[in-house]
Amino acid sequence: MSSQEQSRPTKREGDPVEPPPPAAPAGAARREAMSDDIDAVLDEIDGVLESNAEEFVRGFVQKGGQ
Amino acid sequence: MTVRRIMGVETEYGISVPGHPTANPMLLSGAVVTAYAQVHGLRTGRGRWDYADEAPLRDARGFEMSRMMADPSQLTDEDPTMANVVLTNGARLYVDHAHPEYSSPEVTSPRAAVTWDRAGEVLGAQIVDLLAQDPGAPAINLYKNNTDGKGASYGTHENYLMRRSTPFGRIARDLIPFFVVRQLICGAGRVGIGQDSRTAGFQISQRADFFEVEVGLETTLKRPIVNTRDEPHAEADRFRRLHVIIGDAVHFDVAGLLRVGTTSLVLGMIEAGVLPDLTLRRPVGTLHEISHDPTLRRLVELADGRRMRALDLLWVYHDAAAAYLARDGGSPDADTAEVMTWWAQILTRLGEDPMSCAAEIDWVAKLRLLEGYRDRDGLGWGDARLAAVDLQFADVRPSKGLAHRLRAMGRVHELVPEADVLAAVTNPPEDTRAYFRGRCLDRFGQQVVAASWDSVVFEVPGDPVLRRVPMLDPRRGTKEQVGALVDTAAGVAELLAGLAS
Repeated sequence: MSSQEQSRPTKREGDPVEPPPPAAPAGAARREAMSDDIDAVLDEIDGVLESNAEEFVRGFVQKGGQ
Repeated sequence: MTVRRIMGVETEYGISVPGHPTANPMLLSGAVVTAYAQVHGLRTGRGRWDYADEAPLRDARGFEMSRMMADPSQLTDEDPTMANVVLTNGARLYVDHAHPEYSSPEVTSPRAAVTWDRAGEVLGAQIVDLLAQDPGAPAINLYKNNTDGKGASYGTHENYLMRRSTPFGRIARDLIPFFVVRQLICGAGRVGIGQDSRTAGFQISQRADFFEVEVGLETTLKRPIVNTRDEPHAEADRFRRLHVIIGDAVHFDVAGLLRVGTTSLVLGMIEAGVLPDLTLRRPVGTLHEISHDPTLRRLVELADGRRMRALDLLWVYHDAAAAYLARDGGSPDADTAEVMTWWAQILTRLGEDPMSCAAEIDWVAKLRLLEGYRDRDGLGWGDARLAAVDLQFADVRPSKGLAHRLRAMGRVHELVPEADVLAAVTNPPEDTRAYFRGRCLDRFGQQVVAASWDSVVFEVPGDPVLRRVPMLDPRRGTKEQVGALVDTAAGVAELLAGLAS
């Protein structure tokens, strides 16, 4: 497998064993839908964020585990 | 080749009481386990763990560590008085060091692994709720993450049943490069660089900075990329259980599916001996560098001098899997096809625009939120608000956890419907021995004296001797095999008689 091949991921389209894509919106449509509303997401999240970030972060102390 | 194999995911949850950072985490974790057990009639004195087959110091390289030489944290089979309970869904809930741990039941597909992993988080949220309603209990909260950002890390481990005949050296050689770059498709994202976040910034993985060696037995210190713990919980001469400690806890279905799905396929290729030598020149340093580069531009260097992007190395593994599947002929089973489709799709999209994976991959979703806050509010990477977003992303409560909020807003591509996850909180998988374990706890919980991954010990009314049912084959004890018997047996004596006939 040459390194040239590896840098061209778009070749996958013709891959014989690839089954049909899952029922998800196409990449471009999805990106467009998602890029214009990050502010709406932030607005909603503002409402649930811990009010005192500094104290919250300082108080989250864990012991090491596995 | 198929993605299907016996597998499971264990998660140590972060635990804290707001306003009380010094509260004893072992006692808190014990409270978490016993609260759930009490409400569901699963007394921790009953249904406790059978440690007969545990061997945490046995090394896959063929020797056993002296107990005297082991760090106390490695002695995971000691102190059976610690809170521990086996659940009706076949999982184990217990205190592991200073964290409550949910070990999922054995499943056979990546989709089922996602289902019972999410079930554990629902269970965590139910427990937080239970404790919140108890005026005498501390206000404990749980976090499905892997670091406090201050130097401590706690694990999310995957387990895969493999053929014993596969040489361990080959497993290590072929897995290390994969684990160095796998984080791109299943990292959870983290604010802070370095174990104690001494450098401000974002990185792809929660766990990467805590890994210091390539291969080893330890899990709590000098963490290795490939862990050699060799407790098969199955017939030891036929199987090994690969104990993977390098993964992040994830919330998103596609990331969870790819984490175990791609790994299972890579293991299949290792068992078949079809992977080329992809040994990296500096695996540990490269693991950290890849995690610290969310632009995905950094090159990895192979021992043979080749240099390529981490994404391209993942494509090499993907293409090898595709070629090996094609050699099998026919079409792959549905689980395998689903993993291959997502694998290619996510690698393609990460190559075009990583942000296009914000509904599928945790680190991308987290980074998108963080960048949103940075843009809107002009925050630097050292701002506590960004660290708070990172932590709260993992809050198990549906009302507060940011991953849950994103899901509620329709920003998470869901593979497993919520109803299936809720059912998995109480029901075991139907196609492994977890079915027998879970159903016995449900029907005969009071007579189950102890249980473990490979045994259930019963107390039979009127019989002075305890009866231990060994379950060394993970594929025996399925619904098809024992469902009717467990459902219809009037008592344990009839159940045991039915198993023996």
